[in-house]
Amino acid sequence: MQTYSVRDITEYIKGLFDADRNLGSVWVQGEVSRLTRARSGHWYFTIKDAHAQLSCVMFRSAASRVSIDVSPGAEIVVHGKIGVYVARGEYQLVADMIEAVGGIGDLHRQYEELKRKLAEAGLFDQARKRAIPTFPARIGVVTSPNAAAWHDIQTVLSRRMPLVEVILSPTLVQGTEAPAQIVAALKRLYRSDADVILLARGGGSLEDLWCFNDELVARTVAASPIPIISGVGHEIDFTIVDFVADLRAPTPSAAAELATPNRDDLLQDIDRLRMRLAQQFDESLGLRSRELTNMQRQLRWLTPSKRIEADSRVLLELRQRQYRAVATFLTHLHERLASRERALNAANPAHILGRGYALVIDERGDIIRRAAQVSAGQRLDIRLAEDKIKVKVDE
Amino acid sequence: MTDDIKKLGYEAAFQQLEDLVAQLESGEKSLEESVALYERGRQLSAHCQSLLENAQLRVRQVDDEALRD
Repeated sequence: MQTYSVRDITEYIKGLFDADRNLGSVWVQGEVSRLTRARSGHWYFTIKDAHAQLSCVMFRSAASRVSIDVSPGAEIVVHGKIGVYVARGEYQLVADMIEAVGGIGDLHRQYEELKRKLAEAGLFDQARKRAIPTFPARIGVVTSPNAAAWHDIQTVLSRRMPLVEVILSPTLVQGTEAPAQIVAALKRLYRSDADVILLARGGGSLEDLWCFNDELVARTVAASPIPIISGVGHEIDFTIVDFVADLRAPTPSAAAELATPNRDDLLQDIDRLRMRLAQQFDESLGLRSRELTNMQRQLRWLTPSKRIEADSRVLLELRQRQYRAVATFLTHLHERLASRERALNAANPAHILGRGYALVIDERGDIIRRAAQVSAGQRLDIRLAEDKIKVKVDE
Repeated sequence: MTDDIKKLGYEAAFQQLEDLVAQLESGEKSLEESVALYERGRQLSAHCQSLLENAQLRVRQVDDEALRD
């Protein structure tokens, strides 16, 4: 089991109080008891009702602004933040405003009532919230041209997105005239071509910001045809307008930031696209160049000279085969001829005559084979191998 | 730079640039088309950049008089 020091656990509890949204700004009504006005100017007192009591401290600067009677027994409304005083391990209300019951306390009740009423009317519904355009060309601004908020907004817009055109719709942002002026200023922009509207005012006292809790202002914001970003007061201030607006920014500068893309981001986007463009183009060219090389290689194979070369090889081969075939045939013919010649030679009568035989031939050249072919006194030739003898038949 | 690009506002030019890159990336473009797209993309990005870098915040004011109709 972990053991804490008293200090650590108290700091931990203090952290819980500080992180709590409700305790950061509360109105508490009660009766004053045990009031001590210290020499430092700080006030230490307790407020109580029938069931409980609450320690309060009010520092000198805030205490000096209190205009009503604060003495034991008085019923008051205190505004402030509830936190932990670590040194004494106590929680306390650090007061920044004290009002009489029926004073600002009444305003506060009005605030809560209006908030409830508009919430019930559905004006705070998330579903009603419109998206803020990513690239506004024109930004409408409802604020006082004489206040720091206007300067802050221009500074932020110049830095982030100087491409936008700003349409200022001037108005008072505090005092009894303010709500009607804000309504008129908003309506002027509703008739303009603004893409988004900033409704802004710098920090101020609760009373200063009160015009942003006006019902007509809230309803006018809700009825806007153009998305509205509210940027009223400081981080912790929540006005009715904040609930009705499409987007709530904690300050005027923040509202200007939420309304615009950042130029540096945009420049980076362009660079990225440009790189993708170049890469794509290079790839496309590279691919084509490879394709072309392949084609050229194929083309070289298909060129006519290659074809002729290939064909003539085939032709040569055919011709050689033809020669071979003819030569073989001729040889065959020669051999047949030689064999016939040999046979012919064997049959040549000269050879037979050479061996001592003779041929008897009559005057007509016929060979005499029988005695009956001749008659007495007929002349005949006897053919020998070398020459012939002329003879005459006796009988 | 072609005149039609010069007339484009930032958002329109940027949108065209995005579309064009996506188109190139989807492929199947003839070389001629690719070259044309690339050239246009280059001009669009230059236009966007110059719009951003040279922009001066313009402020006008609408008063009751200005919009009274």
